[in-house]
Formats: sequence, C-alpha cells, structure tokens
Amino acid sequence: MPAPQSPEPLLRIEGLSKSFRGVKALSEVQLTVRAGEIHALMGENGAGKSTLIKALTGVHAPDAGEIRLLGRQVRPESPRDAENLGISTVYQEVNLVPTMSVADNICLGRQPTRFGFLRKRALRDRAAKALSRIGVQLDVSRSLGSCSMAEQQLVAIARALDVQAKLLILDEPTSSLDEREVETLFNVMRQLRAEGLGLIFVTHFLDQVYAISDRITVLRNGTFVGEYVATELPRLKLINAMLGREFAEMEKLEHTAAEAEVKREVVLEARGISKAGVMGEIDLDIHKGEVLGLAGLLGSGRSETAKMLFGIHPSETGHLKINGAEASIRSPRVAMRHKFGFCSEDRKTEGVIPHLSVRENIILAMQASRGPLRQLSAKEQQTIAEHYIRALNIKTASTETPIMNLSGGNQQKALLARWLATQPKLIILDEPTRGIDVGAKAEIEKLIHSLRADGMSVLFISSDVEEIVRTCQRVAVLRDRKKVGELRGSEIQPENIVHVIAHHD
Amino acid sequence: MRIFRSQHLPLIGTVGVLLTLYITASVMYPGFFSLRVLANLFGDNAILGIAAVGMTFVILSGGIDLSVGSVLAFTTILIASLLEKGVSPLLAIPTALAIGSLFGAFMGFLIQRYELPPFLITLGGMFLARGMAFVVREASLGITSPFYASIQDLGIPLTDKARLPATAIIYLIVFAAGVLLTHHTRFGRNVFAVGGNEASARLMGLPVARTKVLIYTLSGFCAALAGVVSTFYMGSGNPAIGMGFELDVIAAVVIGGTLLSGGVGSQLGTLTGALIFGVIQTALVFDGRLNSWWLRIAVGLLLLVFILFQRTLSRTSLKPT
Amino acid sequence: MTDSLGKVRSWFSGGSLFWPAVGLGLLFIFNAIFASGFLNIEVRDGHLYGAMIDIVHQGAKVMLLAIGMTLVIGSGGVDLSVGSIMAIAGAVAAAMVQANIGLPAALLAALGIACVAGLCNGLLVSVAGIQPIIATLILMVAGRGVAMLITNGQILTFENPGFVFLGNGHFLGLPFTLTVVLVTLALTLLLTRKTAIGLFLESLGDNERAARYSGVPTRLIKTLVYVFSGLCAGIAGLIAASNIKAADSSRVGEMLELDAIFAVVVGGTALTGGRFTLLGSILGALLIQTLTTTMYNLGVPPSVAPVPKAIVILAVCLMQSSKFREHLLALAGRKATA
Repeated sequence: MPAPQSPEPLLRIEGLSKSFRGVKALSEVQLTVRAGEIHALMGENGAGKSTLIKALTGVHAPDAGEIRLLGRQVRPESPRDAENLGISTVYQEVNLVPTMSVADNICLGRQPTRFGFLRKRALRDRAAKALSRIGVQLDVSRSLGSCSMAEQQLVAIARALDVQAKLLILDEPTSSLDEREVETLFNVMRQLRAEGLGLIFVTHFLDQVYAISDRITVLRNGTFVGEYVATELPRLKLINAMLGREFAEMEKLEHTAAEAEVKREVVLEARGISKAGVMGEIDLDIHKGEVLGLAGLLGSGRSETAKMLFGIHPSETGHLKINGAEASIRSPRVAMRHKFGFCSEDRKTEGVIPHLSVRENIILAMQASRGPLRQLSAKEQQTIAEHYIRALNIKTASTETPIMNLSGGNQQKALLARWLATQPKLIILDEPTRGIDVGAKAEIEKLIHSLRADGMSVLFISSDVEEIVRTCQRVAVLRDRKKVGELRGSEIQPENIVHVIAHHD
Repeated sequence: MRIFRSQHLPLIGTVGVLLTLYITASVMYPGFFSLRVLANLFGDNAILGIAAVGMTFVILSGGIDLSVGSVLAFTTILIASLLEKGVSPLLAIPTALAIGSLFGAFMGFLIQRYELPPFLITLGGMFLARGMAFVVREASLGITSPFYASIQDLGIPLTDKARLPATAIIYLIVFAAGVLLTHHTRFGRNVFAVGGNEASARLMGLPVARTKVLIYTLSGFCAALAGVVSTFYMGSGNPAIGMGFELDVIAAVVIGGTLLSGGVGSQLGTLTGALIFGVIQTALVFDGRLNSWWLRIAVGLLLLVFILFQRTLSRTSLKPT
Repeated sequence: MTDSLGKVRSWFSGGSLFWPAVGLGLLFIFNAIFASGFLNIEVRDGHLYGAMIDIVHQGAKVMLLAIGMTLVIGSGGVDLSVGSIMAIAGAVAAAMVQANIGLPAALLAALGIACVAGLCNGLLVSVAGIQPIIATLILMVAGRGVAMLITNGQILTFENPGFVFLGNGHFLGLPFTLTVVLVTLALTLLLTRKTAIGLFLESLGDNERAARYSGVPTRLIKTLVYVFSGLCAGIAGLIAASNIKAADSSRVGEMLELDAIFAVVVGGTALTGGRFTLLGSILGALLIQTLTTTMYNLGVPPSVAPVPKAIVILAVCLMQSSKFREHLLALAGRKATA
C-alpha cells in the first residue's frame, strides 16, 4: 500500500523536450512521482526512457520544459549536482568500480578523514550501516567484483541512499537477477517506499511492473502516452500503449503474406538449444522460402536466440540440424559456411566498420567468405556496391564515403547489403527497420518478400507488431527468455501476438 | 583469514617469489644472508625503487609514463651543472625537483585535457627530456661538493659491519610517504577508482581531471628525486644514463602485482618488485659466473609468469562467486 | 560547424599523406637553403653519393621497422620488442657466419628465429588476451638478454663478404639497403592491397567485433601481424649488424622501436588502429631521419635531436585529438564572429 500522499508531488516534469542533431529524442514529456510511491517508467527501445533519466540526472541539458522537485524548479548540471539535490541513480551497468571493496565503493568521494588521512574503521562502519539500512548483510571488505550482480546492485543502492536521497531512480535493475534476488530487491524497494522515498523503476518486465509499482508512465517514440494506476491497467492495454496500437481499433490487418500451408523442406531444425545466462531452451524450425518472425518485448531473448544460431554465443545444449544433417555452429565463420547471414540490431558496435567506405562495408562479409587470396577486383567491388546502393536506395555521396558519415538508416541499409551480397540461404534480420524512415521500411519489406519468393529463408526479429504481421508466414513469440507460443497463417494478427505476449500463466 | 582473499593473491605471489629467490641465494652463496647485503639491497635499488613509487600511481590509474629515465638523466646533469656553477645544493636540488614535477604536470595536463594517449605523450616527454639533458651538457660531469661528501658518509650504523646508507634511508622515507598517499588518503582512493573504471568514477562525481594531472606530477617528482639520489650514489651527473630505465621501472611495478590495466596494485608490491630486481642482481654479482644479461632474461621470464598469472586471476576472481 | 570539423578531421585521419609530405618537403627546402650542397648528388665509382642518399641509407632500418609496425598498429596493437628482435637476428647470423656456416643458412635461421619471436608475441596477444604493450614488453626486456647470451656478451665481428654487402654494398648505383627496403615495401603492399588481407586488417583494427561477426578471421590475423613485425625487425637487424660488420647485442636497435612508432603515427596511421598507410610510415621514417640530419647540419649535437622529435609527436597527437580540434575551431569561430 502506498504511503499517504503529500500535497505537492516529489517530482513533476512538464513539457520536457530534447533533440540530438535534429532528431527529437523527447517531445513534451511529462512525469509525476509522489513521495512514498514506486513509479514504473516503461517503453520500448528508442522510447526516450534513458534520455529522460539522463536529463533528470544532469547528464543532458533539456532543450525545453521544467523539472520541479517539491515544487522548486531545478536544473541539474552534472551527476554530482543531481546527487546533491537528492536525486540518486542506480544504473543498469551498476556504475561502480569492481576492483575496489564494497566499503570503498559506498563511500567513494565522501570518505571520513582525519587530517587528510582516511579513517578506515569509520569508513567500514559507515558502509556497513548503509547496507544494513536496506537490510543487507555483506562483508564490506570484499572486492565488489567478487559479489554477484544482485549484491552489486544493492551496494549501488546503498551508495545512492548514503547521500540523503529523496528520489531514487533504478534503471533496469533486474535484468541480471534471478527470481529470489528480484524479491530481495523488491523488499528493499518496499521498505524505502515506506520511508517516504519516491522511486522510479525503469524496466521492461511486465510481471515485475505489476508486482511492485503503484503507478506506470508509458513513453513511445519520445512522447508521453499516458500515466496509469497499476491496479487499474489491464496488461493488454499496457502493451498496446507501448507498442502503439489503440485498444479500440485493432483492425484485422490484411495478411499479405498469408499462403496455403505448403509442405516445405526444413532448412534449420533446432531442439533444446540454450546458453546459460543468455537464453533458455528453445525449439525452432525454419523452412525454405519462409519468413519466420520472432516477436516479443525487449529482453525476451530474441537477439540472443539469433546469436546462438549464428555462432556468436554458441549454444551449450540441444542440437541443430541443417538441411537434415547434424551441425554445430561454434563461430560466425562456421555459420557463414552454412550460408547463414546475420544483420545485428546494434549496428554501432556489431555492424558498422566506421572509417571504412560504404563499398568496403558492403563487400566485407562476401570477401571474408572467399578468403584473403580470392580478392574481389576493384571493378567487381564497385559493381556490387553500386548494385546495392541502387537496389536499397542507400543515400550516399559515393561508394567511397566513409560509412560513419551516412545517416543511421542508410548505414542500416548498407549492412543489410553486406549480408545480401553473400547470397545466404538463411538470413537473420534483427530489427532491420529500426531507425529507418517509413518509405525505406516499405522498400525493405518488399525486399524481404522477393527474397522469400526466390527461396531464401528469413528469421525476422522486430518490435513492430504490424511489420511482423505483414511479412511473416509463421511467428514464434518469446517472453522472458523462453518461447511461449507460435502462430501460423491466418492466426498472425496484431491482437493475437499481443495476447500471447501478455498471457499470464 | 582476511589476508588470503583472492584480491591479495598477486601480492602474496610476488612476496613468495622474493622470499624464494632470497632464500635460494642465501643458501647458494655464502655471505649473502647478512645485514650488510640486506641494507645494500635497499641502498642500491633506491633509484629504481623511488621512481617506481611514482610509476605505481600512474599505472594504478591505467596510464603509463615512458619519460622517467630521461627525466632522471636530466635531473642529474642539471644538478651537476648547477653545482659546478656554484649554486648551493640546497637550491639546486629543490629546483630540479620542481622542474621534474612541472614537467609531469604538463604531460598530465595534455593527457587529461585533450584526451591524448599517455603512451605517445610520455614518449614525446621522453624525447624532450633526453634532448634537454644533452642541451644542458654533452658529457657527464663529476660533483665535488662538501654537502655531497657528507651525505655519502651519512648512514645509520646497524652493526659494526653494516650500515643503512643515506640512499636507503631516502628510499624508505619515500616508500612510507607513497604508502600513506596511495592507501590512506582520498586521493589514493580516487586513483584506484580512475584506474578501475574511469567512466564510473566520472559518474560518481570524483575529480577525475585533477587526479590525472596530479598523478603525472607525482611521477615526474619521483623521477626527479630518483635523479637526485642518483647523484648521491654516483657522485656525478650524466645525460646519457637511464636509457631503458623506464622499462625496468614498469617491470618492477608489474611484477609487484599492479595490473597494467589499472585499478589494482599496491606500493608494497612495487617495493617487492624492486627488491626482486635487487636480489637477482646481487645474486649474479655473488655468483660471478653468470653474466649481467641473465638479469634481463630472468626479469623477462618473471614478467611473463606474473602477467599470465594476473590474466588467469582477472578472468576468475573478479567474476561473482 | 560540423562541416569544417569534418573537413579538418579528414585531413588528419584516414591516412592522408598530405602532412607528412609537407613536413618532409619543408625540411628539404630548409636544408637546401641552409646546408650547402644538400641537394648535390655526385657519382663516384658508378655509385651515387649525397646527403639525400645518406638519409635514405641511414633511415633504412627505421623504414623496415615501420613497415612491420604499421600493420601491428593497424590491428590496434603495438610492438615494443622490435629492437630486441633486431639484436637477436644480428647475433644469430653473426654467430653462425663466424662458425663458418654458409650465409644463406645463417640468414634464414636469423629470420626464422625472428619470426618465432614474433609468433610468441602474437600468441600472447591473440590467445592469452594480454595487452600488446605488456606482451611485447616481455620480449623487449628478455630478448636483449637472449641476444647477449648468443654473442656471449662480446661484440661479434665478421668478415663474410656477402653479409657485409647487405648493409654496405651498392646495387644499381644506390645503396643496397634501399633495395632491401623497396623490395620489402613492394611485397608488403602486394600482400595488403592485392589480397584481401589489408581490408581484413583495417576492419579488425577499426571494429574488431563487427569484423569477427562478418567472418573475418580476426584471431589469425592478429597473430600474424606480430610474426610479420618480427620478420621486418629481423631484416633490420641483419642490416644493422652488416653496417658495423659486427653484432653488438647490447646497443643495436636501442630506442628504435619508439622511432618506428613515431614514424607510423606521423605518417598518418592512428594509434588506435584501423586504416593504415605504408607509404605514410615510410614518409614518417624519412622525416625522422631528415630531422636528425637537419639538426646535424645546424650544428646541433645528435644527442639533442630527440627534442624536435618530441615537438613533432606532440603536434601530431594534438592534431589527431578531436577535443583539441574542437577547441581550435571554437577559438577560430569566436574570432570570426568577433
């Protein structure tokens, strides 16, 4: 039960906007958090959650709007500033120093001293006290790195509280925790709520949101969608708010990809593949000339599944059959030998080779599969690059432009071209239309249709439910690192997909 | 027991190696196990040890300082030249220390302000200081000064045959100061934080910029102080000495258990690393058969062993238990 | 604002040969004016002699080291052990020649051992995952000791005419060392540009993960660049020994690794890896050598030559730093609007 409300909310954000190089990350966003409340902040990737948090904690200066703490307007200019105002944050990556002790981490920057020298016993006592305040018992002299992620998170919270925090922001705190650890964390959160703190809980785990939050704010594409009381919000409505469908109007989309079920040969058969800490056991079949969709919310394990199939995180259990023969994919090179391709969702760290030209980026995988000696001639490279620049409508000054000069959407298209150039039998596309304009999205969808018609198999991962409906013949639905359902043919409709995701066993 | 945590393993390993080498040498060479040899271990390695105290700060923060040998040489020839011109040692020595510190501060400023790679900037610093040393004077220069004579005679008598020379005393004082600064001040903790995870340190609001500049200033100071001690030890200044010295210093620090990636280490470890150098060197002298280049090979092998050991440790101990 | 930043950025990164060429040109002009006879080339006994020829001859060792170092730095690493590998190669060849083993066998053995040394470095970096600075530091420290071991602490002299020719002879009127450098450069250019290895190396240095996910054999390439660097150091070591007709294990190659790194960075290859330019590194090596010669012509003692080197390094680092460029542009912008 939330504590009694005070008249003025603890935090009120209104009209907050922020753009980066012309791209609007936040547009007139609002957020209200009361003291003694746990408030969940939700939204898919790119919704603006992290930008909002960074504005609150002084990392970014907002372009417009105001932040009021207990009625007083504030403009934090640095993380330390925010801390002094009483806003403390615990980040997903637990921004502490793993090589130092727990006590050191809790007291860094504010250690008790005498004549300039540390008072070590006082330091340890202070750390122990901070931990016991949230009911945690830990040996404060051990190194932080030797503690589990859950314990590290609690240490981060202890540190955040050590500075008289009024508002505590928890950014994806449960991503690496198991059920028991989540419950411990929740108990701490409930205790803090009872003490009158306001907590912002950023997460994508639906069950957890309903287990602990009092109210929920949803963002989508940088805008404020709505603020709801948790007990009065049905799951379906929440998901629709996040994914962008008005609850009232779930039209039956024309299933343009619907076809009669034809018995097709199985290209890839996976049974029981999994990897500890990455993805639970999953079975998948992919047929020739078929687009299999992987639907699910952020964190459900779609990209992890893709990486298992492509050999980036080789599976530890189960087995794989490719075209009927047993196979083991232990690395990307092996996957490529089986004529697989993989277009990652994180193009910045896993796709783009920034200083190399568009041409070089496009032909790289193809060249890698040919080996170093069979070099593609300059003319061949030029032809291939120009072909895909035209086919995918990649806007670039020339084939020699460094790819980092291209816009995000065009970079994505170039990466797509990289894999198409290898003429794979199975191509895995992880969020291929993220950050691309509407016109380009349509082009890519058409492209996928034609690839399928030519006999290529596609594993298609997307958060855009409508896109999944338009392109896939079968859809596997994932939730919390497990497969929870499969739809085929005419079953593939947005409301069905959303239902399966939301289904509460 | 608290000492035997996994995070202390590297230090335990280093001390173990030191003890093993010392005991082996004591058994093999008569006369090795004596107070005189022990006192000289500190005295002969004071130069390496003092420079290593400063280098420990730099490496703890995740940086590196390649200019140490050149600053050492510059300091020696500067002092010798000043003394020759009649400047009092009580003025010459502080001047040299100040110049060394400022030099370090300048490099630290460039590294911090413009995010320049420490490797290249201190490489430039190395070239600059070396060149400037030769500008001061082309050749070595002896020092005749009553002050120096009295320092060289100075020493704490330990027994009727052994005494702790002035160089050793200075080393021990610098070591003590280093321990205090590294392990018992906020500054020291900030150094560990910057080396452990600089991004986190920034987010936690620690004074990263100031810490980085101070670190290189300290290293410059210690290199200059090592140069001062060198003048006591050799009785002369020489612009050509110390070529490759910085690598010996880095090796001593790394063998001592300080990770080159930063964030983990101790002054005690560095002291142990410097002493290991000393023990091997003294043992080679005692042996008479093996030649000085075995020192290089031994140090190289030790480095290899320690680094592989550190690597396996960091792959396991920092993971959650 | 972003446009000018982009233009400035493209001048200083991505292997533009503009600045090293300008630097070299300026030095040449300076010398031509102030050092009489600098541009003179005379022919004696069918061989060309002159200050410029000297620069190329003296700079051959650093040029060879820089060729190998370019590939290592392109992969995102660094090789500090090349000076020590030079010593080992010279020691092996000299010892074998002195023991009356034929020159071809001696040279092969020396280069083979240099490659093995490089392989050790490569394995430490790619398999054990050790930072390149540390991994190559080990060989740098121990390697010299090994070289001393082979020569037994002596300076090993030899008179084998074939060996002496390597570092002192002439071919087509020019010093043979120039031939060695040109052949090595040509073969390396062929290897990196006429096969896909150059592309793989650049992609691996620029974004290793993306390269690996695209099927580039990153581990293999990371190992092989160190073998190659060892080979180049071996060749340089043979020339060094030949120059003085002896193997001087304690002094040969001292500090040369730093000159090589300097040459590569000044030549336009970023220390962080990615795009590399072999021609730039050659220009960089020539720049260092010319700098040394210029100092000498100015009457500056050679021991002081490191000072201008330091200034050049600082200038190059500042130019490659995006923070510094922003600072400059901000200053310029303020002046423009004032």
